[in-house]
Amino acid sequence: MALAEARAQEEDVGPFVRVHVTVNGKPYEAEVETRTLLVHFIRETIGLTGTHIGCDTTNCGACTILLDGKPVKSCTILAVQADGRGVQTVEGLVSDGKLHPVQEGFIEEHGLQCGFCTPGMMMTSVALLQKNPQPTEEQIRRAISGNLCRCTGYVNIVKAVQHAAKKIHGAPGGGKA
Amino acid sequence: MTVHGGIGQSVKRKEDARFVRGQGTYVDDIKLPGMLYLDIVRSPYAHARIRYINSERAMKVPGVLAVITGKDLEAAKLAWMPTLMSDRQMVLPVERVMYQAQEVAAVVAESRYAAADGVAAVDVEYEPLPVVVDPIKALEPDAPILRPDKNEKSNRIWHWETGERQATEKALKECDVVVRENIYIPRIHVASIETCGCVAQFDSTSGKLTMWMTTQAPHAIRTVFALVSGLPEHKIRIISPDIGGGFGGKVPVYPGYVLAVVAALKTGHPVKWIEDRSENIQADSFARDYHITAEIGATKDGKLKALRVKTIADHGYTDAAANPSKFPAGLFNIVTGSYPFEKAFVEVDGVYTNKPPGGIAYRCSFRVTEAAFTIERVIDVLAHKLGMDPAELRMKNFIPPEAFPFKSALGWTYDSGNYGAALRKAMDIIDYEGLRKEQAEKRKRGELMGIGISSFTEIVGAGPSATFDILGLKMFDSCEVRIHPTGKVIARFGTKSQGQGHETTYAQILAEELGISVDDITAEEGDTDTAPYGLGTYASRSTPVAGAAAAVAARKIRDKAKLIAAHLLEVSPDDLEWKDHKFQVKGVPAKAKTMQDIAFAAYTNHPQGMEAGLEATAYYDPPNLTFPFGSYICVVDIDKETGEVKIRRFVAVDDCGTIINPMIVEGQIHGGLTMGLAPALLEEIHYDEHGNIQGGTFMDYLLPTAVETPKWETAKTTTPSPHHPLGAKGVGESATVGAPAAIANAVVDALSHLGVTHIDIPITPWKVWKILNEKGIA
Repeated sequence: MALAEARAQEEDVGPFVRVHVTVNGKPYEAEVETRTLLVHFIRETIGLTGTHIGCDTTNCGACTILLDGKPVKSCTILAVQADGRGVQTVEGLVSDGKLHPVQEGFIEEHGLQCGFCTPGMMMTSVALLQKNPQPTEEQIRRAISGNLCRCTGYVNIVKAVQHAAKKIHGAPGGGKA
Repeated sequence: MTVHGGIGQSVKRKEDARFVRGQGTYVDDIKLPGMLYLDIVRSPYAHARIRYINSERAMKVPGVLAVITGKDLEAAKLAWMPTLMSDRQMVLPVERVMYQAQEVAAVVAESRYAAADGVAAVDVEYEPLPVVVDPIKALEPDAPILRPDKNEKSNRIWHWETGERQATEKALKECDVVVRENIYIPRIHVASIETCGCVAQFDSTSGKLTMWMTTQAPHAIRTVFALVSGLPEHKIRIISPDIGGGFGGKVPVYPGYVLAVVAALKTGHPVKWIEDRSENIQADSFARDYHITAEIGATKDGKLKALRVKTIADHGYTDAAANPSKFPAGLFNIVTGSYPFEKAFVEVDGVYTNKPPGGIAYRCSFRVTEAAFTIERVIDVLAHKLGMDPAELRMKNFIPPEAFPFKSALGWTYDSGNYGAALRKAMDIIDYEGLRKEQAEKRKRGELMGIGISSFTEIVGAGPSATFDILGLKMFDSCEVRIHPTGKVIARFGTKSQGQGHETTYAQILAEELGISVDDITAEEGDTDTAPYGLGTYASRSTPVAGAAAAVAARKIRDKAKLIAAHLLEVSPDDLEWKDHKFQVKGVPAKAKTMQDIAFAAYTNHPQGMEAGLEATAYYDPPNLTFPFGSYICVVDIDKETGEVKIRRFVAVDDCGTIINPMIVEGQIHGGLTMGLAPALLEEIHYDEHGNIQGGTFMDYLLPTAVETPKWETAKTTTPSPHHPLGAKGVGESATVGAPAAIANAVVDALSHLGVTHIDIPITPWKVWKILNEKGIA
């Protein structure tokens, strides 16, 4: 888009805009500054603080959420870009009071320590398993390479994702769990 | 009979239930009514005089309520604050900035975004001054004096030495072989995934300041705040909530914390300050930055004799190192490592430069990584010179197991060790002899493969009060245990977990000592209004010191419990023994009382004349430090075309004494190894000649991802500490201390036949490619 055209659009929109975003299945509506980052909308406007901020250059992945099912670093898109769309955060992983297999995997395999990267790491893992139900270790490592963890050394995160894969799809040769 | 969740069991962590649900409470999750946001104007120059600061434009920005400058603070005598090493540090500058990204002014606004707008609208005019980046040049006679406020007109902060200078020199002269290597251990940043921040709230009615703060040492911070601000200490409450990684970076008091307090006092509103990642990497305290020259002397058949180490330590513009007060170079004199040198001498000069303060840990106990890297690197240089296998040279020289407790040439008394057993185990797991054969064959084919060993000794668990203090506060730690009438337990500690899993580990210690299920024990820390005083968590001191306090407190409770049990069983206390986690009448196991029975009686049926209740507090002053150790072996393959180093295997055999929770210990080792890999191959914060930071964001400061990190292989030996009540030694940092030398040694080993004896870390593909290119290989 040409700059002049973008400016004109910005003037049309004004400094505030009303957005409608469905988060974890629940509709939210709010008037936000047009420049509001999605992560700030999630954390501060609607108060879901499980999604964290770890950097300002889209490297660490602590803010990863699912936008219409795709993993996205929510520090790098605007709330307005999520208008009319569906967001899933870590708070939406529990269903019917039961932990998601990825959450279980992280506990069982000691895939977390300080817990700060964990929500983003789990959301990336959930997206991976939806796309690739039985990933190899190499595929898991590639998939989470946009999520930095400073505590665990990743070995147990890989195991956590494998644990979840097994739980969701059953052991090789076994039936579905 | 075991108790559920006792010592040695891989209990799942209590912390995880909230963390996997996104229900942790980190500082940035705290939101208070009327809360304002603080953001900071930072210097683009590494050294400059401030001509003026004009906040007029900023004050017109919608939402901006205040701009705070150094002059405002000077009026309140708060422009400077003391560091932990008796130096002083600016909260905000009045005259000069001393490093790029230094805090220059603070903007307080109604929202995060308005505060950032305000920062962009503060006008500052600077007059650049000559910049001193290189600490060696800083010591030259014509170097600009960076700290004219100090008495000594030199950039040398201090000179520290230990050991025998003359005797070491003489011993080196008498050695058949002496090798000498210059080793630079670069400036790196802990970069915990949560940055630093706080929320400061001042209640003007009660006069009470409450700070939610990313701190590893809340109690010490409270005392420092009381001394600096003049607020009464009982009216300061520091709450260290869930912390997203610390690694030493959350020990210091940063200007942002103080500014948030000032802003809260000034505005009457709670104020939040959360730094960006770039601010975190560019301005918070750094680790390492040691310029080392090490010499080692031996007989021609490889018997080690003498060690001499000279170091220039770049501390940035102030000495804000997080060290025990009497140790300006930390515990760097553990540099004799796992070897019984007859003579040793170490000297370190601390130097000022135009950089942010250095001298924090990066997941290591006070300069122990610098020491372990130096000795383990130079041992390999010697092995190369002697034509000896590096494993053989180490085996030949290790302090033998029967020599413990062992007094090192630099004065430490190592508590226990069995270094040969750990190395042998690592060699067996990785098939060392097989790898050497493979390497020989590959060399014939022109392929580059290397094997590196690091047999490190750590020194942790600070520390004995006779020598260890921070600002005079002795480095004990504490535990307070209360058993409720129904036998459930609350315990509080002076430490603060940043991911290590204290809520679980401490509960396991108490479970074991009290015979109460781990599920019935809550361990809490981090709130100075409720927890007993302690010096905090760093330097792998939590299990060695506060863990010991837990055991001692539990044993005090057992002493009283025994009297209650005797009363209940109508026997003499002498007839009772603590067996199978309960008090039994000797020889009559059926006649017994559990801690649950006793707890109920302590409130409902205690002996007349005895105080009711069942609780105890222990302040544990360790009699010595603990000395964890291990042997690591790393195998690397090097791509001849690109210079890329690929870690094929890495076997880590660790010995941290008694293990409380094997799962947590293994996790600590995995993480530590990854923070050892990081500086070995990836991380460095470099400055150009103008003091511009190179690598001030995650775009160019490279933390290891899951792709670079190998699948760590771990194993253990167990040599308990003889002086710790549980035999535990601490483990959080061992791997970070031990790993870099194993990796560097492996890379140098791969290139040793080309005459390479040393490469400074981080060993990047570019550095390796340049060497290969010079040798006509790449």
